[in-house]
Formats: sequence, structure tokens, C-alpha cells
Amino acid sequence: MKRSLTLEIALTHLLTKRKQTVVAMLGVTFGISMFLVMISFMTGVNDFTKNLAMEEAPDIRIYNPLEIEKNTIIAKAAPDTTGNLYVVHHQRPKNVVPKLRNAIMLAQSLEAMPEVKGVAPQVATQVFFNNGPIRITGSLQGIDVKKQGELFTLARKMDAGELIDLLGINDGVILGYGLANKMNVGIGDRLSITTSEGSILMLRVVGIFSYGLADFDNARAYATLATVQKVMQRDPSFITDLHIKMYDNNQAKAMAATISKRFGVHAEDWSTANAPLLAGESIRFAMTGIISFTLLLVAGFGIYNIMNMNIINKLKDIAILKATGFESRQIVGIFLWQSAIIGLLGGVVGLLLGYGFCVALSHTPFPGGSVVRIATMPVNFNPQHYIMGFCFGVITTVLAGFFPSLKAAKVDPVQIIRG
Amino acid sequence: MPILEAKQITKYFHEPETVQVLKGVDISVEQGEFLSIVGKSGCGKSTLLYILSTMDTDYEGTLNIKGEKLNGWSQNQLARFRNENLGFVFQFHFLLPEFTALRNVMMPALKLGKYSYAEIEQRAIDKLRMVEMDGFAHKMASKLSGGQQQRVAIARALINDPAIIMGDEPTGNLDKVNSQRVFEIFQELARQNHQTIITVTHDQDFAAGSDRIIVMSDGQIVQE
Repeated sequence: MKRSLTLEIALTHLLTKRKQTVVAMLGVTFGISMFLVMISFMTGVNDFTKNLAMEEAPDIRIYNPLEIEKNTIIAKAAPDTTGNLYVVHHQRPKNVVPKLRNAIMLAQSLEAMPEVKGVAPQVATQVFFNNGPIRITGSLQGIDVKKQGELFTLARKMDAGELIDLLGINDGVILGYGLANKMNVGIGDRLSITTSEGSILMLRVVGIFSYGLADFDNARAYATLATVQKVMQRDPSFITDLHIKMYDNNQAKAMAATISKRFGVHAEDWSTANAPLLAGESIRFAMTGIISFTLLLVAGFGIYNIMNMNIINKLKDIAILKATGFESRQIVGIFLWQSAIIGLLGGVVGLLLGYGFCVALSHTPFPGGSVVRIATMPVNFNPQHYIMGFCFGVITTVLAGFFPSLKAAKVDPVQIIRG
Repeated sequence: MPILEAKQITKYFHEPETVQVLKGVDISVEQGEFLSIVGKSGCGKSTLLYILSTMDTDYEGTLNIKGEKLNGWSQNQLARFRNENLGFVFQFHFLLPEFTALRNVMMPALKLGKYSYAEIEQRAIDKLRMVEMDGFAHKMASKLSGGQQQRVAIARALINDPAIIMGDEPTGNLDKVNSQRVFEIFQELARQNHQTIITVTHDQDFAAGSDRIIVMSDGQIVQE
């Protein structure tokens, strides 16, 4: 009864000052809806770029990196350094054969590990793509068509033709969308490639892929392992990369370390390979957080001001309520209810408005140009953001109303009544 | 045993400079008494009333109401005590303007929570009838005239059947006819309900009609 009495007084106050109530509510509404738009768009962009880079990227990549031999040969010949000083200027890198030793065996034992979803072997090499007088550099990747299709998204990124068509003919090739455009070739056309060693091979275009990332689409082509091994004049055991997909890619870092240690190979996980991308993501996230927090804080200050004004206007009422026996906590209750109602109503409207903005944004065309191919703005619809925005909004309003309410409870009725 | 007994009430005002407003006032009021406190402005009579009302706790001396020694009680305890045992009528009417006359009268009873909602409503209508305001029960407080508001305020003071009703210049803002009406209500309360009335007033006629007059001057009672 008593609690509903404070609620009743609070509601009456709100309803008689409708305009003021609506203004206070709008503060919360805009705060929350802008927060939602910001965070949905930000995480949308984050997810989009991450997917773009991650979908085709392996969780762990095993390859032979170029390394400078730290131990000079002269130091090996005369290990006793007392009185000697070896200085070797401009040491050349060792001739590292990109071939992974025992790659097929290694792939098999990796696939036996429970955390590993699958291993796709690759042969990667730099080539010139020639069509008539045009020579374009790019990379040609020999893939295990079946494994690649299972583990990565290439099959779903085909603009024309099918990934499986590679298996249908000898020396087929799938070109990136940009690369095919530059050379003006389509399905069924032929082009030749030249390796750095000088060997030449004619390939027939069987498909065109597009990831939406210029780096890939303008300079990459896929062929079967056998085709690439042939043009490089290598035997079928020649594998340069093993691309590993994990069931849980968050374990990749630990797994990469385990693999390096156990098999004595160079294993690089996705977070190391894409460190700048991840850094960008956390910076964007921090920015979103700061701006959203500021928005809600401003709304909170607005409510603080309105509640303060409200209480100054209601000093007489507070005095009479105290004189007739209302206790401090009930006075606090009256004003806290008001800010809570403002927060709840403003929050609900803010959620709806924010959702509306997000829907509108997700239908807005995005001028991606030739760098990324995307039709509309990437917007993330995550219910967690809505819950978070609502809670933040209500907590801010209640806090903003709490301190003025405490002040109201401290009003000395004698001073007000005596004037 | 007196219903209200105050001993050696002393009070200082510290702003703008320290002044002693009450100099050891002793006062004792019996149940059913209609008491008027008169005196020139600044003699300390209102200050005394607010101390007796328990709203002002910054004083020296002892205060007993209904056998309870109220010194040292917390503000919340005193608020509950006022709610149940004291009724107030002020010079300015102090109704809650957003509520109807009826709701204003019901408010202290809803706070007390002793009766059901329906009973409280019935009692409030009875009290309004007593002050001849039952016809205005559903009007907004802000829409009533001064005299009407004051009568609603009296009904509110009566809602919990308090032992003592205190008035700070209850007729100070009213014309002759309304003042007379308020006086009659107070007299009726004292005579028929044996409720105690303590008022501070400048109104000579009002004071003259009460059972007992206390004259104050310079923080002391100079004449009974």
C-alpha cells in the first residue's frame, strides 16, 4: 500500500508535467538508440572485415619461412672465440627450399589430432599471367580441391563456374574476379602462365571467384596441386603450405605452439598473421564504448538536471508530505520512481528506435568501390547489445535520479513551511 | 496527565547571528483544550509551535506528547509519530495541487495504512462533510478557493483522528466569514471529539474564543 502510494504520487507528478517528462525520456531514448546504432554498425563492420579475412585464411599455417642463418660457418669451424672476433657483413639468406618435408605424413598426423577439423595442403608460387601482350604478376595456388572445398569458403565464392570443375579437365584454373577482368578472359578461354624459373604452361579458365577483397580478387588464381607441381617441375610430394582449420579457432595460438614443438616446423596462427586487423578491431571497439558511454552520460546529466528542477518546484509538496508523516525513504521513493519510469519508458522507446535505425542502415547501399564488394552497410543484430543498452540506460537514469532524490529527502519542512 | 508537556524549551537562531529566540519556555496542555498562543511578530510563538510539532528538533529542553518522551527520536520515527498523532493546518494551505481534494485528505491515512482503501475513502468523505467540502471532493486542489483549500487542509489534518491539531495562523489568509467557519470547526473538535487544539494566531477574535490564551513576548511566556 505504502509503496504503491509513492508510485501513485510519482505517476501523478509525471503526468501533470507531461512535456518535461517527454523531454527527459527523449534524452534516454536518443542515448540508447544511438548507442545501438553505433555498436551494431561497429560490430557489423568488425565482423565483416574479420570474416573477409578469416573465412579463407587458415587458423594455422605451416610453411618454411626465409631465415638468416645465425651461426656463421667460420664460427663452426673455429668454435673457440678467445682472442678472436668474427664479423660477417651482409650475410646472404640461406637457400631455403619452400618444400615442407614429409608434408603428406605430417598432414595425416595433424588430422588425427582431435582439435583439428582438417588440413589442406597447398603449393603456392609466384607467376606471370599472360594473355597476348599483357603480363600480370600474381600468385598461383595449387590446392587439394576436395579438402579446400570442405574446409574453406572458396566453393561458395564462385561468381562463375564451380570449384569442382577443376577436377574435370587437365590444367584448369580458377581466376580472381579482378584478374579475369584485367586480362579480359572468361570461362573456356585460355591463358598462359610463366614461372620465375621460366617454364610456361597453358591453362583453361574454368571458374571465376570473388571474395570481395581486392588483394585476393586481383592477383590470385587456383589450380590443382598436380598442375602447379607440373609447372614448377616438382614431384607430387612437393607441398609448400599446410592450411589447418580448427574446430575452435580461439585455440589456434596454443595449438600452433604445440605443433611447432612436436613436429619442428614453423606454424603460424591466425591472430599472429592478422595482428594489425585485430588491433584495428579492438581500437574500433574502444571508440564505440567511449562514444556510447558519453551519449548515455549526457542523457544522465539531462535527467539529473530535470530531476533537480523538479524537486525545487516541489519543495512545498515535499514539506507537506514530511509534515504529515512521510519518511525519508518514501520521499526518495517518489522521485526515484519518476526517474525509473522515465528510464524504462525512454529505454523501451530507445530500443525500438535503435532497432528501426539499424534496419534502415542495413538497407542503405554501401559504396564499397572496387576494394570491397558489398551491397549494403554491414549491421550486426545482436540481442546482447539491446539488453546491454537497455540496462545501461536504466541504470544511468536511476543513478541520475538518485542523488536529487536524496536531496529531496533532506528538505527541512520547517524552513519551507515558515517561508 | 497533560497530553503535551514541554519543559525549559530553549532555542537559538545562528543565522545571520546567534540570537536566543526561546528562553526556557514551559508549557503544558490538557486533552480537549483549545489553546491559542498570541504575541507580536518575532516573539518566538511560531518557533515554539514547530518545536511542539516535532518537525524542528534543533532545541534544548524536553518534549513529551501522549506520555512519550520525543527527545532523541530519529526523523523517520518522528514522521511516523506525526502521521498518527498530530494534524497540521498552516497559514498557506499546502495541498498537493495535482491531486483532488479527496485524495489530499486520504494521503496521510494511506501512509498510515491502518484502514482499507474503501474505509479510508469513506472516512475522508466524512471529514470533508464535517468541513462542508464534501461537494468538492473530486475537484482538483488547485481549482479551489483559499477558504475551500483551508477547509480541505483541516479535513486532511483530521483524517487519522490525531490527538493534537496544530495550526500556524490557520485563519491568517482568510476573510471574516471563512475565519469564523474555521474557528467553529476547531471549537467543535475540542468540545465534541476532545481533540486538543494548539494554534498560533494574530486574530484577536479567534484567540478570544479559545479556552486558554498564552501571550508570548521576547521568547518567554508573559501571561496566561
